[in-house]
Amino acid sequence: MTVTLVFLAVMMALFGGWLFSHSINVRPWEAQGASTQRSQLPPAMTAPRVGLAVFLAVATSLFALTISAYLMRQEMGHDWRPLAVPGLLWWNSACLVLGSVALQSAWQAARRDNAARLRRGLLVGGGFTIAFILGQALAWWQLQARGIYLAANPANAFFFLLTALHVLHLLGGLFAWSRSLFRLQRGATPREMLPSVELCALYWHFLLLVWGILFVLLLTT
Amino acid sequence: MAIAVAVIVLAVGSVLFFFLSPWYLTPLASNWGTIDDTITITLWVTGAVFLAVNLFLAYVVVRYRFNKRRRSQYDPENKSLELWLTGVTTLGIAGLLAPGLLVWGAFVSPPEDAHQVEVVGQQWHWSFRFPGEDGRFGAAHNRFIDERNPFGMVDDPAGQDDILITSPHLMLPVDRPVKMVLRSKDVLHNVKVANFRAKMDMVPGQTSYFWFTPTVVGEYEIVCAQLCGIAHFAMRGRIEVVEQEVFDAWLGEQPTFAELAQLAPGNPAAGAGLYVTCAACHGAEGQGNQALNAPKLAGLDAWYLERQLGLFRSGARGSHEDDIYGQQMRPFATLLADRQAIADVSAFIETLPDQPAQARLVGGDPERGARRYRTCANCHGQQGEGIRATNGPRLAGLPDWYLERQLQNFRHGVRGRHRDDPYGNQMIEMAQVLVDDRAVQDVVAYITTLPQPRVDMAAVNPGGVEE
Amino acid sequence: MAEPGHHGVPHAQAGEFDNAELVHPKSFIGKYVWSQDAKVIAIQYGLTAIAIGLVALVLSILMRLQLGFPNTFALIDPSSYLQYVTMHGMIMVVYLLTALFLGAFGNYLIPLMCGARDMAFPYLNMLSYWFYLAAVLILVASFFVPGGATGAGWTLYPPQAISPGTPGIDGGILLMLASLGVFIAGFTMGGLNYVVTVLQARTRGMTLMRLPLTIWGIFMATVMALLAFPALLVAILMMLCDMLLGTSFFMPEMLNLGEQSTHAGGSPLLYQHLFWFFGHPEVYIVALPAFGIVSDILATHARKNIFGYRMMVWAIIIIGVLSFVVWAHHMFISGMNPYFGFLFATTTLIIAVPTAIKVYNWVLTLWRGNIRMTVPMLFAIGFIFTFVNGGLSGLFLGNVTVDVPLADTYFVVGHFHMVMAVAPVLVVFGAMYHWYPKITGRMLDDTLGKIHFWVTFLGTYAIFYPMHFMGFAGVPRRYYGYGETAYIPDSIQTLNAFMSVAAIIVALVQLVFFYNLIRSYFRGREAGPNPWQATTLEWQTEHTPPRHGNFGAELPVVYRWAYDYGVPGAKHDFIPQNMPPDEVEKVDPMSQEAAQGRLPT
Repeated sequence: MTVTLVFLAVMMALFGGWLFSHSINVRPWEAQGASTQRSQLPPAMTAPRVGLAVFLAVATSLFALTISAYLMRQEMGHDWRPLAVPGLLWWNSACLVLGSVALQSAWQAARRDNAARLRRGLLVGGGFTIAFILGQALAWWQLQARGIYLAANPANAFFFLLTALHVLHLLGGLFAWSRSLFRLQRGATPREMLPSVELCALYWHFLLLVWGILFVLLLTT
Repeated sequence: MAIAVAVIVLAVGSVLFFFLSPWYLTPLASNWGTIDDTITITLWVTGAVFLAVNLFLAYVVVRYRFNKRRRSQYDPENKSLELWLTGVTTLGIAGLLAPGLLVWGAFVSPPEDAHQVEVVGQQWHWSFRFPGEDGRFGAAHNRFIDERNPFGMVDDPAGQDDILITSPHLMLPVDRPVKMVLRSKDVLHNVKVANFRAKMDMVPGQTSYFWFTPTVVGEYEIVCAQLCGIAHFAMRGRIEVVEQEVFDAWLGEQPTFAELAQLAPGNPAAGAGLYVTCAACHGAEGQGNQALNAPKLAGLDAWYLERQLGLFRSGARGSHEDDIYGQQMRPFATLLADRQAIADVSAFIETLPDQPAQARLVGGDPERGARRYRTCANCHGQQGEGIRATNGPRLAGLPDWYLERQLQNFRHGVRGRHRDDPYGNQMIEMAQVLVDDRAVQDVVAYITTLPQPRVDMAAVNPGGVEE
Repeated sequence: MAEPGHHGVPHAQAGEFDNAELVHPKSFIGKYVWSQDAKVIAIQYGLTAIAIGLVALVLSILMRLQLGFPNTFALIDPSSYLQYVTMHGMIMVVYLLTALFLGAFGNYLIPLMCGARDMAFPYLNMLSYWFYLAAVLILVASFFVPGGATGAGWTLYPPQAISPGTPGIDGGILLMLASLGVFIAGFTMGGLNYVVTVLQARTRGMTLMRLPLTIWGIFMATVMALLAFPALLVAILMMLCDMLLGTSFFMPEMLNLGEQSTHAGGSPLLYQHLFWFFGHPEVYIVALPAFGIVSDILATHARKNIFGYRMMVWAIIIIGVLSFVVWAHHMFISGMNPYFGFLFATTTLIIAVPTAIKVYNWVLTLWRGNIRMTVPMLFAIGFIFTFVNGGLSGLFLGNVTVDVPLADTYFVVGHFHMVMAVAPVLVVFGAMYHWYPKITGRMLDDTLGKIHFWVTFLGTYAIFYPMHFMGFAGVPRRYYGYGETAYIPDSIQTLNAFMSVAAIIVALVQLVFFYNLIRSYFRGREAGPNPWQATTLEWQTEHTPPRHGNFGAELPVVYRWAYDYGVPGAKHDFIPQNMPPDEVEKVDPMSQEAAQGRLPT
């Protein structure tokens, strides 16, 4: 649980600090004239961005807990046989990095109102992501073929569980991505697309980071 | 106003209830008086806070009740009051926590000189193991458990002298610290004796422990304190705390693992001779005779027959004044000279050909009975085939008049109440599920519809379609 | 998000969305079924939660019948008893209380009290309800599969949850896990909305430190739920793998009624850690909204500002944070490393400090107030009493040594029913009497309300207070019957029968409440916009009940905190949050004394 607790401690420290800055020296019972500030958060923090941030916190909690369970099970049971991570995962990782880069470029294109680059970025990003997912599936199949079954050992089970959770999150992302693409096909301008493309890009970066952590975890334990 | 009165009455009443009610901790029988002390401290502190807060609440409700001509006082904060209250609360909490942690420190460290007993939990039964003369438990693992090796003993020299106690009755010497090493064969259990205060879950795949020193000679009931399935409430056992000499004598009588392994199995050929006496009532082929109130024996498992013959012989069964037919059986059981004779005759009966029993009773509804039977199925098997591990004998194929009589005996405590009949004790608890005579008839009617395995096995055609 | 010019009148345009972005369907179905209006969703949540809660109530009565009058009812066998125990617990904790406080009260109150037109993501919000409904239906379906619902206890501990000897190990547990998964997915959608709306869509002037405590409670509970539910999700995913795919996350080498199982090496304790990592915050997920709501009820009906507002907010935050580091106090005697006991007993008892502060501040809010004995106020006082009782009995169980003899006895049952069943439910009732006039425009009947309160308050105390003593006497919980247990005196059976009768009476009196809800909807006294003379924004709406979009053409601007009751110098004894300082009517010099808050002598 250490992993999860560290994550939560960071979250709560950030939140507590922010709240502290809002509550220290505030005397709530004093009425004041209307403030000029229009909304309670800086304008950059739009609802979708805040929403994404909260969702990423939830997803982080999910992954942190799964990793905690991974480490605890490793410690508690006496039957842990480490799994030889398939080499294919390196290629998959490269795909995911490229996908993330492509979506970043799509985001920039949307900001610069460049429809062609936006479309290319989206397509390439999605393509690499699909390649990553197929690659993960292939890695599963390879493991099965080598006789490394899900139920045989907790290390295997966790490998499948962690990669499956990660792929599920990517599939959710691809759903949002396909809607963006659809809207682009229907003739939405890059400016209109900006909010959704930026959310996609940020989400991909997050999942890339998660994958990085998972990959390192799988390689080192 | 009424609410203030109610708060006062409830607060004071709650405290009085504590002093006046007959329900409080069971008499202490172990060294854990310190646990009781922490409870007492907590009771005093929380009781005082409970009264103080609620009486103040009631006062405030009356004193500041609504008055049109009055305004409430506007005071958003009062730093010194808040700090003061926080400080006092923190002190109070520390005062509760400190003794708790001290006692916990003792609780988690068994003394060096504690002797060890292993408690093994299973659905829904307790058994025990002593380390024997070498003072060490032999290795054991759930993987190795089977009918012959219920403790899962691994082939380990240290385990040969381990003393195995399969019945849920344990004796402990008074005034000697004991470390209870806990393990489970299947699901979670928790061995609890209220008078000892200490308890702990038993978790399959690992061991846990707690320790205590029994201080009062007497008999204490073990209950299971962690939900472990249908018969959780009927998972009972007994610990007798006795003087050291009594304990030593008792322990000396218990078999070691090596001794149990050397016991000769029942010999059907020898049993055939002994069975001649039985045949007079139970029939030459063990088919039973209702006119003589002798149930069918063929088809019953040897382990069950052995147990029941043993109970009859020792008087744990058939000694209740209302158990007329059980009383008739007792003298015959005492004719069997020793454990070996019982094993032989049981082994012989197991070889008798099983004939289907004819349904004789009418009035039961098998459909309603099927629903009742789902409780029974957990120990006696879905098909009434009997499960050795749960100590549930076979039911399918037994004559209905006998089943009904025995169920009624269990319900009314005519059978199974004897203190040396733990499975009978358990069955009394379970038979309460059958709330009236009709329920008994229904479940018996259902049992008569169950397939009778051995006959079926012979009758199965190779291409038989399974329904 | 452009701000339309309104001739320089200061008005707020909160956050991203505008009235034009709200979906305004015309058809009945669009308005009341596939609605994206948070208020309609709130009512949908509320009605669904109450419906499933009634099922759980019936289950509890069935349990009480068996305990009070054992071996009388042929219907109740050990399997069904355990199924009642399990489903009652799970429904009440997750599907009733969590859904009611966050889904119903959260949806209704967050936009209104923050001064927003609607939730930040109305479509997601609607989806959240339909996921919840699906979860409830899946759960109900589990009663009807072969083998029935699961009977593993609401904690669903493996190995028993998925091994023979426990009822419902086929379809029952599968549907339970599936239902929880759907619930968590739906809750995450709703929870995102609540958090984002509170953070992002507050109206102008509604600073964090001016939020009503109701919002603080719901907000913090949602944050906790969002972070804690993943633990349950991971646990159920792993259990599903163990059950369906043959992995051994939780399942060790063991026997299934005598047969060797195929699992090996798993750790049942791992599940318990994950479960309670969710399960303990869950207690506060239920409690914190109740804390918040009761604070507002007390302040409004005592005509008094909340005492120590900042302390109350920080207490909510600290309770929320600490509740993540106390989970293993549910596992003191679980067989985990016993040295954890020191750590978790300490953190657990620390949490008592902020909780105690909240209690003090509630009582001090009433102190020097001007208490109107309305029905919501009765429920609030009932809550304080019950919560003090339940909180104090928590000090027994949290203190590791004291927990040893009391764990898994009726003491635990009494404790958690006091603290997280009766206390929050009293708040739910109080809140319904409090906000019903806003939701329907009509008042609930006072006399029926008082009958409802007295029977519920006294009746529940009669059920749960004696349970503590059964616990002291060592009576174990989750027992179908006590039979001839030597150390349990026969008088316990009398006590059980008494508690059962009390439970039946309490259950029946809820019919009075439902009658009141329905009758008042048609015949209740017209409430007007602000019957309680409350300060918070939901009472200042143009229409009662508020229409889709909540406020009129302009969002309100907030100038003050939510607790301006009895402000010295003001004419009225309350000042709404959106009243500018220069528009506050000053006191009539004739009654200067009263305005100063001095008591007439």
